[in-house]
Amino acid sequence: MIKALFARFQQGYRTMKFPDGPAPEMPDHFRGAPTVDPTRCPDGCKACAEACPTDALRLSGQTASLDLGRCLFCTECQTACPEGTIAFGSDYRLATRDRTDLMVGKDDLLKLAQALEAKRLKLFGRSLKLRQVSAGGCNACEADINVLQTVGWDLGRFGIQLVASPRHADGLLITGALTRNMELAIKKAYDAVPAPKIVIAVGACAISGGPYAGHPEVLNGAGALFPIDLYIPGCPPHPLTILDGLLRLLGRIEDGSRPSPRTSAPADSPGTT
Amino acid sequence: MSALSAPYVLASNGRPVELRSVPMLFPSEFHSSILEGVAAGLRVSAFFGTEVEGGTDLWAVLSDDVRTGLRFLRCHVDVDAIPSLTPHCPQVHLFEREVAEQFGVRFDGHPWFKPVRYHASWRPQQDAWKRPASEPITVGVTNYYRVDGDEIHEVAVGPIHAGVIEPGHFRFQCHGEEVFHLEISLGYQHRGVERALRGGPDKRTIHYMETLAGDSTIAHATAYARIVEALGRGQEPARSQVLRGIALELERLANHVGDLGALAGDVGYLPTASFCGRLRGDFLNMTATLSGSRFGRGLIRPGGVAFDLAPDRAQLLLRRLDAAEKDLRVAVPLLWETSSVMARFEDIGRLPKEVAISLGAVGPAARACGLGRDIRHDHPAGIYRFSHLPVSTWATGDVFARAFVRWMEVQSSIVFIREQLQALPAGPIRAELRPLEPGRIVATLVEGWRGEVCHVALTDPAGRFARYKVVDPSFHNWMLLAYALRNQQIFDFPLCNKSFGLSYCGHDL
Repeated sequence: MIKALFARFQQGYRTMKFPDGPAPEMPDHFRGAPTVDPTRCPDGCKACAEACPTDALRLSGQTASLDLGRCLFCTECQTACPEGTIAFGSDYRLATRDRTDLMVGKDDLLKLAQALEAKRLKLFGRSLKLRQVSAGGCNACEADINVLQTVGWDLGRFGIQLVASPRHADGLLITGALTRNMELAIKKAYDAVPAPKIVIAVGACAISGGPYAGHPEVLNGAGALFPIDLYIPGCPPHPLTILDGLLRLLGRIEDGSRPSPRTSAPADSPGTT
Repeated sequence: MSALSAPYVLASNGRPVELRSVPMLFPSEFHSSILEGVAAGLRVSAFFGTEVEGGTDLWAVLSDDVRTGLRFLRCHVDVDAIPSLTPHCPQVHLFEREVAEQFGVRFDGHPWFKPVRYHASWRPQQDAWKRPASEPITVGVTNYYRVDGDEIHEVAVGPIHAGVIEPGHFRFQCHGEEVFHLEISLGYQHRGVERALRGGPDKRTIHYMETLAGDSTIAHATAYARIVEALGRGQEPARSQVLRGIALELERLANHVGDLGALAGDVGYLPTASFCGRLRGDFLNMTATLSGSRFGRGLIRPGGVAFDLAPDRAQLLLRRLDAAEKDLRVAVPLLWETSSVMARFEDIGRLPKEVAISLGAVGPAARACGLGRDIRHDHPAGIYRFSHLPVSTWATGDVFARAFVRWMEVQSSIVFIREQLQALPAGPIRAELRPLEPGRIVATLVEGWRGEVCHVALTDPAGRFARYKVVDPSFHNWMLLAYALRNQQIFDFPLCNKSFGLSYCGHDL
């Protein structure tokens, strides 16, 4: 017992200050929000689209756009582009309310997620219970959702909790490409959530099918079955991207009050988990 | 060792051989050759079918852990059904069911002949269970094993479970709280990866590899990269070998530490659960320092690695490793010193060594039964040929053993990473590769954190993948969990489950 108390003392207080303080620093090679500048595209060049594993790039004439809902953030397009049209940046903020807002093109700043409308915000703003359902992915999204429940992130301090039963939940937090083998189970889970409810799609799989898009074994994401209230892109999204999306949905972070991702703890700090 | 009755081809981890050099056996010879190998201590690392003109070829990859070699065997099946090998060689039980599901070949006498992932046969009109093509296949609907009798009851759990966890279905046959039998029925995560890998490599292939099991991104991507390097006649440069080794051990650290925390959580010991939950993230962040992704996405590429490690970043990793080790040495030993934890760890979920051998156990679950199986030691490749890690074993086969083996491996991995970071060889990080050689078979083995990751590729005359077989360690080990639950209390299931730490997506593919 004494040892446990000593250990508790030794481990210290580890919950991050974000969102009231600085966000944890992203690693050097982190691949966040991209910019696309099709004015540089040479005529007829399709190098980026041909390199993309998930057909996330749409080219037509002098317009090019990158669908973050399909993007695996592998940067093959950035490497393939001879003109530097596409550049992945370090901004972790990626979540949107609308599927079309995930299309990034010229002058398109990502329309980051707005808060829920008044009725649901009143119901869920200070207490949101989510039932996470994993439906045909690689378990990496789930792992980084789980991380939000550790002491470093402490999701509970925002009134957000992942619960065991859909009947105790206000909504579903869906990961995976939605396999046909999970179709019935996830429909039952959705039906068991009392209305009004919300659905959040986390990761490229849940938004578009991800690397499995087009496979007959999957339904290409949760949108095939349910209306989606929040899209959190990435493969997998960084925990900070997920948390940022959840807090925006609840109106806890709004445009203009965002901490800059590059003004944070020194690189040497252990950072956050 | 007795002489084999049928010929086979000798290869090794990552060494390709010509397809035509592998003799075509009759199924009876194929079976006797596998049985003799297994009797001599070899393991079945892979067993799979390929669709060929006029039927199905069956392939087996046997691992000789003592003499560091692989044996390739094949036979041709031109009939609907052959006798099952499973009654004589239990470790092929799931492989035979998989071949049946994919190619419609029946294995007569298989004691547990059920679908694995609940998908339609790859070969239209040939279904092992004679299911009509017009009717959809419903996952989880099968003839479950049942115990009948007074006061016997059945508990069905899943596919959706109570935590943030992948889907799967478990059926317990219980007498009061005691589990007589557990049947595990998976397939809910089946997304058709193996089928989609045929005809590759293409631009999606590496992404399939990185998402076979997200927590084993490095292990699976390394197994794939080494397949392409073997067939593309190139070797990854020394510096990239070391970086791959560091990434693989960081992956092991993150998962082992996370599991130690989760095991503590499952017995209600919150200090270690809380500390290790955070420390797991520290190791994920170290992987992110290598590649920008906490799971190592984008790091491993055929020919080497995609990101170099700058000297100041190597120093940063060393400092973070020191800090994490300091915290771990306080957080984890609390488990062994707390009697309420040890009371729940010791003698729970015991797996006898003989059962582990007969079911072909791999990884920490096998080592916790006293089996010294570790690919890094038995079939070393890359940096593991030059830098050796001890093989950590424990004899008792219970939850404690599976936890303690993880703790020993955590300590060895930290030592290994520290040594490698201090002696990074100079030079390039990626080599050019030639197009894949046609008409070859090659198998690669990597010791992922769960155990042996085995990839096998067969190339067609154009140098494309005629077949690409993935065997995740979970494919071998799920049956161990079912066995370990026998005569246990049903409330110990979550603890036993976590002690094996198996992958659903790696199994379901």
